[in-house]
Amino acid sequence: MTKDNKQKIWASYQKEIADDNYYYARSCIRQNFFPAAEEMFIKILRKHLNKNIHDDAKHTTCTGIGYHSSIVPLETTMTVVARQFSLMNEVGCENFICSCVTSFGLYLEVLSTWKHFPETLSKTKNYLKEATGRTFTPPKNIVHASDIIYKYRFDLLPQLKYKLINNKTQEPLNVAEHVGCHYAKIFPESGIGGAEYPHVLSGIIEAWGGKIIDYPERRHCCGFGFRQYLIKANRSYSYTHSTKKFESMQPYNVDLILTNCPGCNYFLDRWQYVAAVTENKLFGKNNQAIPVLTFEEITALLLGYDPWKIGLQMHQIPVEPLLDKIGINYSKKDKYLGTKGPELPEILKY
Amino acid sequence: MNTDIVVFGGGIAGIEAATSLHRLGYNVIIIEKETFLGGHVTLWNKLFPNNKDANEIVQQVISSLNNNITIFLATESTKIINNHNNTYTIHLNNNKIIHTKAILIATGYDVFNAKLKEEYGYGIYDNVITSDELEHILKQNKRILTKQGKEPTRIGFVHCVGSRDRKVNNIYCSKVCCVTAVKQAIEIRQKLPFSEAYCFYMDLRMYGLNFEELYNDSQEKYGVTFIRGRLSEASENIEGKIIVKVEDTLLGRPLKMTMDLLVLMVGMVPSKGTSWLIKELELNFNSGNFVSSLDEHTKSNLTNKKGVFVAGTASSPKTIDDTLADSRSAVLFIHEYLKSF
Repeated sequence: MTKDNKQKIWASYQKEIADDNYYYARSCIRQNFFPAAEEMFIKILRKHLNKNIHDDAKHTTCTGIGYHSSIVPLETTMTVVARQFSLMNEVGCENFICSCVTSFGLYLEVLSTWKHFPETLSKTKNYLKEATGRTFTPPKNIVHASDIIYKYRFDLLPQLKYKLINNKTQEPLNVAEHVGCHYAKIFPESGIGGAEYPHVLSGIIEAWGGKIIDYPERRHCCGFGFRQYLIKANRSYSYTHSTKKFESMQPYNVDLILTNCPGCNYFLDRWQYVAAVTENKLFGKNNQAIPVLTFEEITALLLGYDPWKIGLQMHQIPVEPLLDKIGINYSKKDKYLGTKGPELPEILKY
Repeated sequence: MNTDIVVFGGGIAGIEAATSLHRLGYNVIIIEKETFLGGHVTLWNKLFPNNKDANEIVQQVISSLNNNITIFLATESTKIINNHNNTYTIHLNNNKIIHTKAILIATGYDVFNAKLKEEYGYGIYDNVITSDELEHILKQNKRILTKQGKEPTRIGFVHCVGSRDRKVNNIYCSKVCCVTAVKQAIEIRQKLPFSEAYCFYMDLRMYGLNFEELYNDSQEKYGVTFIRGRLSEASENIEGKIIVKVEDTLLGRPLKMTMDLLVLMVGMVPSKGTSWLIKELELNFNSGNFVSSLDEHTKSNLTNKKGVFVAGTASSPKTIDDTLADSRSAVLFIHEYLKSF
């Protein structure tokens, strides 16, 4: 594999990422699955990068999952998106950050629809006015949250207490990245590095000492794919897709899977557990499962935050093997405190 | 220097036209950017459909050249002025200035840059090469090896790379890639009889004399497998082999195969020289961004500028036969034009 040409492709897909004063649109599902990811993102921006980010309790779902499942009509979606932008206008922000990759793709799709079909913008303005009395102006800059970490990866580097390096061997960790499909596959020019060889996560991995694993099914869907999972009868498709990815990365002895999308993180984490339970299949080195973390979680972890304070016990795949490799100290007894005492896993114990 | 006609391009189109024009009694100057004559054909090994040595064609065309034709090799034009008195003044990068009554554009094509089809991994995955590169390997009679130094046992040919593809804004067919893939697949099977050759195609355009026969032979005598389906992506596994994903549109099923070597059948795009001349002479672009003819049926060698003519692949992708015929056609248009002075 020749890396020089990859770098040329990466260089040709760059985009403007605003420097400061962001409006943050959270994900619907993420806070339930990996509760500290978004909280850590805000903390990283405020505390470690000294940026102004507005976290707004008033905003709603973008409707993405409903839209892609044909439950929510496009007109409704556009009106909801317009309301989010109106909320952003209200607090004086012009730069919009999406926590969710599905949302990011959807916002771009709506903005593109308004641009190419101006009559839809007029309709949306009317619908929003009628429904809420609000007006709106689209953002000047719209990015995904991982774009921000990518942009400031070298600013964060001196603050990192750990690197993506095996503490014992001093070798780089093997990190497989999975970039959410809607990050760049719909609008390649809006993703760092484009759609075929996205650089948004690999750039972070490289900068922080890890080795990027370019496994054959890198571009493949994580297994969520909306209807693959949301329709119960299709769920075996979801599992099959995820397993296809795991099998593809198996020969590379992957230490960590890094994602930037709520759904991807969830499915790559949970289906590994299902594969272990139902088929006794494990895809990491030495017959271990592969920890799956979000870009905020890995940032927080390397910055030195306590793994259990950033919610890593919420992952189905135990993260301890990764913590041991990096050389992060942690308390075993603090992992599962629970409100009624420890709730210990029965499978994939560590 | 004064002349009747300047021919831009010393490929087979330019030479064929220059030779005929000189025979008709005109003073001709050829300007060629490379250090040799013959253009792309000199780099080819065997030609479809009859396996003729490409060099034979080039030598045949060049041997007709008269010594009285002035040829500037390794030369390019820096500026062209339309004097609006039926003459053009051409400045060359060797500091020479030519005054001419007519210009023939025979600057041909460039090979499509396969890196633009990012999903196929050319320039990134070691065992993805272009048809152009395979042809050079065959011409030099080198062993066909993977990057790992092994003889490939399974080779895939991807048709229409950079042709008939809206994504790269090349909607036209490059005309020669289908039959070239058939020819190269046969050559591979001859050189590596133990190997398997697969062609991934949208549809096969076997329009020329003996093309269909070659296609039939490739299957019946050489066992080449044809799969109707466009590649969606290529990726590399840990052994450096290429995994391709295709939809087999005849079976209606997705297909995933592992190849030792993947050959991208790259199409034609206007050469840099062609594009420069279109802009410099204020000619019209056609839908493929080649030189636009005044009328594609009846005035195919005329352009929107009086005294400026076009021949060969500067106006659209063509086979060697069509290129030579087009050059002879251009000569007649030029002759008619120059007679009027």
